[in-house]
Amino acid sequence: MIRRLLRPTTLLSLLIVLIAAVMALAPGLLAPGDPLAGVTGDRLLAPGLAHPFGTDALGRDVYTRTVHGAFLSLAAATAAVLVGGIAGGAIGLVCGALRGRVGTTVDFVVMRFVDVLIAVPGILLALIVVATLGFGPWSIALGVGLGAAGSFARVMRAQVLRVRGEEYVEAAATLGVRPLTVLGRHILPNAMRPVLAMAALELGTAILSVSTISFLGFGVQPPSPEWGALVSDGRDYIATAWWLTVLPGAVIVCVVLAVTRLARVIGVER
Amino acid sequence: MSDEILSVDGLQVAYTSGRRTVEAVRGVDLSVPRGGIVALVGESGSGKSSVSQALVRRLPENGSITGGAIRFDGVDLTRVRERTLRRIRGGQIAFVPQDPNASLNPVMRIGEQIAEQIRLHAGMSRADAAKRAVEILGDVGIPHPEVRAAQYPHELSGGMKQRVLIGMAWSCDPRLVIADEPTSALDVTVQRRVLDQIEQLAETRGTAVLLVTHDLGVAKDRAQHVVVMQQGLVVDQGTTADVLGTPRTDYTRELVAAAPGLTTRRLEPTLEGDSPAEPVTHRPLLEVVGLRKTFAQGEDTFVAADDVSFVVPAGQTVALVGESGSGKTTTARMAARITQADGGLVLFRGKDITDLRGAGLREWRRSVQVVYQNPFGSLDPRMSVEALIAEPLRAFRIGSRPERARRVRDLLDSVRLPSTVAERLPAELSGGQRQRVAIARALALQPELLVLDEPVSALDVSVQTQILQVLVDLQAALGLGYLFITHDFGVVRQISDHVVVMRQGRVVEQGPAERMLTRPESDYARELIEAVPGAL
Repeated sequence: MIRRLLRPTTLLSLLIVLIAAVMALAPGLLAPGDPLAGVTGDRLLAPGLAHPFGTDALGRDVYTRTVHGAFLSLAAATAAVLVGGIAGGAIGLVCGALRGRVGTTVDFVVMRFVDVLIAVPGILLALIVVATLGFGPWSIALGVGLGAAGSFARVMRAQVLRVRGEEYVEAAATLGVRPLTVLGRHILPNAMRPVLAMAALELGTAILSVSTISFLGFGVQPPSPEWGALVSDGRDYIATAWWLTVLPGAVIVCVVLAVTRLARVIGVER
Repeated sequence: MSDEILSVDGLQVAYTSGRRTVEAVRGVDLSVPRGGIVALVGESGSGKSSVSQALVRRLPENGSITGGAIRFDGVDLTRVRERTLRRIRGGQIAFVPQDPNASLNPVMRIGEQIAEQIRLHAGMSRADAAKRAVEILGDVGIPHPEVRAAQYPHELSGGMKQRVLIGMAWSCDPRLVIADEPTSALDVTVQRRVLDQIEQLAETRGTAVLLVTHDLGVAKDRAQHVVVMQQGLVVDQGTTADVLGTPRTDYTRELVAAAPGLTTRRLEPTLEGDSPAEPVTHRPLLEVVGLRKTFAQGEDTFVAADDVSFVVPAGQTVALVGESGSGKTTTARMAARITQADGGLVLFRGKDITDLRGAGLREWRRSVQVVYQNPFGSLDPRMSVEALIAEPLRAFRIGSRPERARRVRDLLDSVRLPSTVAERLPAELSGGQRQRVAIARALALQPELLVLDEPVSALDVSVQTQILQVLVDLQAALGLGYLFITHDFGVVRQISDHVVVMRQGRVVEQGPAERMLTRPESDYARELIEAVPGAL
């Protein structure tokens, strides 16, 4: 474990994730400027010492906007994983617990719905939810979370079925422990780990999905900064001011890669 | 040419994991005479397997020989090149592995696997090797060798696979065969036939055998010399009669005393003074009548238990004995109401509980508790010993938290565990300690009957006897009835009052332990008893 953590790629990923966390929680530390205030004279300046990421068409510092945009992107992604994990986990737990007992039919029917959920592309599902509930980061989170819930349900159900076959679960029943207590005290804690590892992996995907939907214009409304929206804003100037799309885009790529890398490290260490 | 085919001097083996180095073998001297059978005995962790692997330099990746010499026919195997060694392995030194089920390539026909080795070491042509492979199968007593040679490993039973591996080991006329626990995965009657085979081949071909085993009975029956290992050191060695007949060291004495096959008596309670307050009346506690269970097996139905009846009296031990597939575990699970019987009755204190469900069944579980075979599987790995033992108390809302904590200490004490283990997790305990925890947990609700499914078969012999002693003492103190499932007649002798022998789902014979063990009426029961290694 220690040796794996000390690998250069892992250390780099850890550093990037830490920086991303600081961006989201205390953006002022890294970029003390105002992300909304633009200087009209400094429109579309190329990256330089004063503006590391350059400035946009309204003369706002792109670096400051990227740092301040981290909160909405990362919070929405985290919320999405929570929604997906809790909803999917609950479905998986109930189905796994009922199968073969009183609820084999319940399990069958619910899992076919889950199959349908997984068959629909996650982005499409998220767009449908956003279109129904209205624009904004929280409806994106809900949509992306629902898209991930299917996979969570499957993993959780498989784990519950595995743990249910363990001898200590049968032993608990022969000790006279009530079925619900067995579920809560023995099955759930022992089934959780792969689900948590998957949640870490899903976080990277969720950051990407949230940014994608924002890019399409269903997310935060201007002028508040958000990663996907920043890339989208720069699209019109891509021929003349490449930094508007490329640099915030590069930040997204780095964070997603770093999160995924760390999730793999955690996931393997089971 | 010396008289010894193999002599080992001051062998040291160490394993490194991370920055830690564990010395598994700390200077072992032993020798194997030409054509002789030497048993290397010891409990798990004694380093006996490390020695056997080091002999042909087949240690796991993190292990290495750190000192000493291994002379095979005058050549020091620790110094020869890997190329030379490869010719020796399989050709002059052959190996019989522990687990026959994992040691044959599942996608290769039996005959081809034997032929491959002959072609490699003896340079025979493909056709000749194939012919020779069939002969070898015949030599190791496999019926219809030509048919078997064309089959795949999954079509053979465990005992047959082990014979195939023995045939392979002898196929190139080796001068030394190292057999690492060759029969510990097999039933006793099969074990006996396999060991007979090894002994006969060793005798007719003049092969020396190093028999690595944990079973002193096997060593006593089969070897001329015995080497006893403990914690990486040889504690005693010599002729079998010297070492096992009149043990010279404390450790050997302890092992001999613990070996189930070598003891003759039932264990006595070791309580000081206090016998049960009231004389125990052996009224029937649990009674099963005509139990039947079938499992669907593809198109067919497989009868796991058929018309099984017996009685467990209060305060006594009934041993349910049989080989794998005899239906003993299925029967016990029906009796403990874990699996539902297809037919027959389960009576507890004369009351029919066959169809008890829900709250009634849960209430009944207070009087009947189960201890499983595998102490590594039956304890939730995430819970502390205290939480594990207190769980049944919590489930029935017995006592306050401090009261439960006190009761856990008492229970730990009754299975002779120090109260300091209460805070630990199962992974931090040894196999024997875990099984004690499982027993303590089963006792928490003060049951009247324990169903013990092979409770000691995963443990070392010396630990086995300790656990059995705990069970005998508890029975005397609490008047418990035991339904004890086992495949081991040695264990039966140590603990039972009444024996039920099962075979292929049916009860072959049952009766009081004393008569069953000395004058069994059925041929099968007699065969089982005689097959126990070390038996008289």
